[in-house]
Amino acid sequence: MTEDPFVLAGQTLPSRLILGTGGVPSLDVLARAITASGTALVTVALRRVEASTGGALADVLERCGVRLLPNTAGCFTAREAVRTARLAREAFETDWVKLEVIGDERTLLPDPIELLDAAEQLVADGFQVLPYTNDDPITARRLADAGCVAVMPLGSPIGSGLGIRNPHNISLIRETVDVPVILDAGLGTASDAALAMELGCDGVLLASAVTRARDPEKMALAMRHAVDAGRLAFGAGRIERRWHAQASTQDAGLAAL
Amino acid sequence: MTLTVNGQAVEVAAPVTVAELVAARTDQRRIAVARNGEVVPRSAWAATALTEGDEVEILAAVAGG
Repeated sequence: MTEDPFVLAGQTLPSRLILGTGGVPSLDVLARAITASGTALVTVALRRVEASTGGALADVLERCGVRLLPNTAGCFTAREAVRTARLAREAFETDWVKLEVIGDERTLLPDPIELLDAAEQLVADGFQVLPYTNDDPITARRLADAGCVAVMPLGSPIGSGLGIRNPHNISLIRETVDVPVILDAGLGTASDAALAMELGCDGVLLASAVTRARDPEKMALAMRHAVDAGRLAFGAGRIERRWHAQASTQDAGLAAL
Repeated sequence: MTLTVNGQAVEVAAPVTVAELVAARTDQRRIAVARNGEVVPRSAWAATALTEGDEVEILAAVAGG
């Protein structure tokens, strides 16, 4: 099998699975899920210090040896997101940011106008920007053109578990941009992650599918295998779909009975 | 003087720096501070004196997607 490195913002990551930490029932479960998933990159958020776990989360992530990807969850405007990203850079000492600028509480869908504005400001400020975006090839192209190091289209709304509602658009995004495409949000189970990779995505970012599963550690392992299997299948090249059957056993030499 | 720290009005004896305010609230390492919406870099905490009416946000890591 040939080498298939995952290079993101100039760094080679040993796993194409990025794990969100939101929704974990405990830090112990999180640590076991991270280990089972094989991930090398996990998301974290910033909140007022009174709402934090007193440094325990940062300690657990440090022990797991994973790189941190701060997010701007909860931001509705470019201004809020840019400020949050700058604060995250101070707190976590990384210029990587998962840029989220949400348009609506009910759907948590991205606001593409504010998102592009924030992305442009953060790129100019030296950030490695990974924007969470709608599954729209044109927005993805605009974000890539703005200098984002990846684009992260949603499969379906955050936490919905509805999987990939528009696989065609994900394929279009993959053929539209030259930066890595990371399927982010909406995945529910392992087959969703495998499909993302089969569509040509370079990676998958998921949180709830693992953290809210009945057995997060087991689901993390399932997702690891799904991402690997989907990537292998993409590289292997699937057969064409046919309307009718095509025998796999030859007719030649068939006995007359 | 009165400051607003993480949304709460607090009375503190002036003068107080960002570094002193943070130390009084947490011993976490991974902390970020905004003063009136602008980031105060860690390297500037000790030299940044707070003034009446400042709005300060002291932020730390939480789990998040």
